[in-house]
Amino acid sequence: MLSPLAQARTAPVQAGAAATPKLLVDGLTKRYGAITALEPTRLEVPAGEFLTLLGPSGSGKTTLLQMICGLVEPSGGRILIDGQDETRTPVHKRDIGLVFQHYALFPHLTVAENIGFPLRMRGVAPADLARRVKEALEMVHLGHLAGRFPKELSGGQQQRVALARCFVYQPSVILMDEPLGALDKKLREHMQYEIKRLHRETGATIIYVTHDQEEALAMSDRICLMNHARIEQLGTPHDIYARPKTAFAADFIGVSNIFRGQVRRDGSGTPMLVTGNGSFRLSADTPDRPDGTLVVRPEQLDIDGDGDNEVRGEVVDTVYAGSETRVLVSLGGEETITVRLRRGTAPPRLGEVVAVRWRADAGVLVS
Amino acid sequence: MSAAALNHDGAFAAARRRLRFGPLWLAAPGLAFLAIFFLFPVLRLLGLSVQDLETSAWTGDHYARIVATDVYFRVLMSTFRIAGLTALLSLLFGYPLAYWLAQLPERQRGLAILAVMVPFWTSYLVKTFAWMVILGRTGVINQILSGTGMSPLPLLHNEFGVMAGMVHAMLPLAVLTMLPVMTTLDRRLVQAAETLGAPPANAFWLVYFQLSLPGVAAAGLLTFISSLGFFIVPALLGGPQQTMLAQLIISQIQEMLNWAFAGALATFMLVAALVTCWVYDRLFGLSSLSGETSGRAGGGQGHLRSAGMTILSALAKASTALGGPVGRLLGPKVMDRLLPVYSAAVIVFLVAPALVVVPIAFTTSPFLDFPPPGYGLEWFRVYFNSDLWVSATIRSFAVAFATAILATLVAGLAALALARSSSRWRGAIFAFFLAPMIVPRIVIAVGLFYLFAQIGLVATDLGLIIGHTVLALPFAFVAISAVVKGHDWRLDQAAATLGANRVKTLMLVTVPLIRGGLVAAFLFAFITSFDELTVAIFVSGGVKTTLPKQMWDDMILQLNPTLAAVSVVVFAIVMALLLMAEWLRRPAR
Ligand SMILES: Nc1ncnc2c1ncn2[C@@H]1O[C@H](COP(=O)(O)OP(=O)(O)OP(=O)(O)O)[C@@H](O)[C@H]1O
Ligand SMILES: [Mg+2]
Repeated sequence: MLSPLAQARTAPVQAGAAATPKLLVDGLTKRYGAITALEPTRLEVPAGEFLTLLGPSGSGKTTLLQMICGLVEPSGGRILIDGQDETRTPVHKRDIGLVFQHYALFPHLTVAENIGFPLRMRGVAPADLARRVKEALEMVHLGHLAGRFPKELSGGQQQRVALARCFVYQPSVILMDEPLGALDKKLREHMQYEIKRLHRETGATIIYVTHDQEEALAMSDRICLMNHARIEQLGTPHDIYARPKTAFAADFIGVSNIFRGQVRRDGSGTPMLVTGNGSFRLSADTPDRPDGTLVVRPEQLDIDGDGDNEVRGEVVDTVYAGSETRVLVSLGGEETITVRLRRGTAPPRLGEVVAVRWRADAGVLVS
Repeated sequence: MSAAALNHDGAFAAARRRLRFGPLWLAAPGLAFLAIFFLFPVLRLLGLSVQDLETSAWTGDHYARIVATDVYFRVLMSTFRIAGLTALLSLLFGYPLAYWLAQLPERQRGLAILAVMVPFWTSYLVKTFAWMVILGRTGVINQILSGTGMSPLPLLHNEFGVMAGMVHAMLPLAVLTMLPVMTTLDRRLVQAAETLGAPPANAFWLVYFQLSLPGVAAAGLLTFISSLGFFIVPALLGGPQQTMLAQLIISQIQEMLNWAFAGALATFMLVAALVTCWVYDRLFGLSSLSGETSGRAGGGQGHLRSAGMTILSALAKASTALGGPVGRLLGPKVMDRLLPVYSAAVIVFLVAPALVVVPIAFTTSPFLDFPPPGYGLEWFRVYFNSDLWVSATIRSFAVAFATAILATLVAGLAALALARSSSRWRGAIFAFFLAPMIVPRIVIAVGLFYLFAQIGLVATDLGLIIGHTVLALPFAFVAISAVVKGHDWRLDQAAATLGANRVKTLMLVTVPLIRGGLVAAFLFAFITSFDELTVAIFVSGGVKTTLPKQMWDDMILQLNPTLAAVSVVVFAIVMALLLMAEWLRRPAR
């Protein structure tokens, strides 16, 4: 059953439809003097999508988010919500909710008063207000804490109050800036689940900022990978993992083994990458380019197995991580590669020299 | 002018941005207020000092007359002497007390600081009255002396009387200014120095003392500047030899209406204050006055610095040489108690005088005998039945209330504006709001008197309120700024994203959260006005007198036990307000 909050809204994810996107950011840019915090950026978010902004510190995630909600004035570009230009609309008149990293709960108001705040600002009648606050509290399982002050709550509880305060007035776009950044790992995983549930139940459009690639992979419909004040790659989690467009994307998401080199064609026209560790066959559909970086994921490598390409090296470490075991193989010098051990295989001994192989179509050549 | 024109484009763009996002213009009411009622009158007064009375032509006559006339020149010199000595003694006596306070555990320190706060906020008139009672020919000390068969000592109307009163008045300010620097000073540094092989005396002088110097300098600056403009203490406790500049200015205005000459005298005082500030700024940076840390802590560069280090090393050597034998002589037990005992003695010196007034207020005698021959409520009855006293009390209350509201409002807006601004003007505006604290009160008061005389505000309550607000603004501003500095602006952003407009955000989020600072500002402003005499001496005339003015008039004319009763009432009111402030401030979060 859908929560009452969701009934006001139907939220089909429109795949590739020509319908107006919920949010359209067009040529949006921000400069602070000589520093460019965000290069001109275009971003379309369909209604009901869970989009994650992922990227290293300083890549412009917060800047983008704060321009969308109006806390930072853009140096250029437009922001459209439901096709309406909202670039000049003051913060408090935008139909947007923002969840802060440190929650920003009002310390002088109780939990219920905090959640009721946005309703009060919208002139909701007292009886209606009380009912909606109660519903929102139940939605985040905090009905029993309505009368407490924020400082009397644990971090996780505060986070839920912040979520309830945002969802209670049903903004059409919800922005979250590292909302789980201050929580420990276990609580974070639980709250990821809670946020996904709220997303499902309410059908809200959510733009979510995180540093944490696992969080991004687990939660998002699409990931917007940012670096150096621009969008590096935009796509579904699988897309970005399996087909990174740049070495940065490959490196930032998941563990990658990387070989740099020159592209050659052998006699039969098969593309080859000539690297310091030998020549490797590339997949036949590799686009033409003079050089590039070959990305191979640990699970695509096989110790003493089959494959078109091979490197040899000495086992320097094995790392047991519960669900899988990783083997570090030194290729001589500083270079090591990471191999995920197949299930049911015994780990090689340290110091053993092994052959690591992979199939030509397993690797991806990026710029 | 040219600099402003050069930066015109940048300033214009910034101003446009500000209109939307950085509401620096919230400081505008305060800036306008200070420009009209502070900057303009003071500049006008300076202008008068170089004008001929009849022809309005430029002239340096008034200055020439001051320097050439022996009497005036002597007053000038004694002003600097007394102010300098006061500052020096306040630092000397205050430093060990502040040191002791700083190392107390948090809880006890709060209590002990109260013992410095109470005299700090006690009315100057009450304090001075107390000293008259204590030091007079038939005062407390001399009665004790004659009781033991000794001949009375001349304690009043001489240098000793003035210095006792001045140091007593300035010591709390010195201690309260030094204390914050010392409490934030990391005592582990001293321990580190000792583990590195420095003997205790070296560790103190070369590490602790040197790091506390910015606080000492700030205290020296504030006590010196405040002392420059004093007239209550020298007029009531001193003799002709101790006449100070402010007294001269008052008599020039009240008796001769000689504005130009008074202006010239005021200029001397102002220049002295500004030069002191300038020297301080060169050495420590003015911003460290308001508690903002500057990179220059620990004193200037080059020669000055190495000279300072030499002096400190010498001091360290001297105290090691002295401390050794004295320590052996007295034993470690006594040495350990030295500082607490000394501190207790200073606190008694600070608190006791006001307490002496209490029994006298309840005397049955028409004289200020001590101890009183009997106890009754006679003098409170006189006070409450006197229309003059009662109406003065009511007026003081009303004026103080209006001043407190106005000052809190104006300073609050300015503090909010400055806290969020990153404008180039921020530092200058900050300094401007603190300026009335640095320009001697008498200079402001005379300037205002001249202005008020022209626009018909003399002897009006509005004139008093305006004058008192000028004086109270810096205190209110500092009190609010201190709290606003720690305010989490993300909460305001959160309120905006939740749909609150500017005004609602201010009323529902910002104001409740900075309430502590607002309460403090309100009370500081209230007490400043309630105890204010300098402006009142000129601006409250005739029947429209305030409580301090009425006390002053009585104290000049004839000491009487009614004054003691009034002092007790004033003391009680101020204490009640302070306690209320403490109580209101606590549950801020
Ligand atoms: N008010 C400001 N003034 C000047 N530069 C700023 C300002 N705000 C942000 N920047 C700069 O803009 C760039 C992007 O900052 P932003 O806060 O958007 O990064 P972020 O991706 O959110 O980083 P993080 O993951 O650390 O939160 C940074 O280089 C930052 O230094
Ligand atoms: Mg950020």
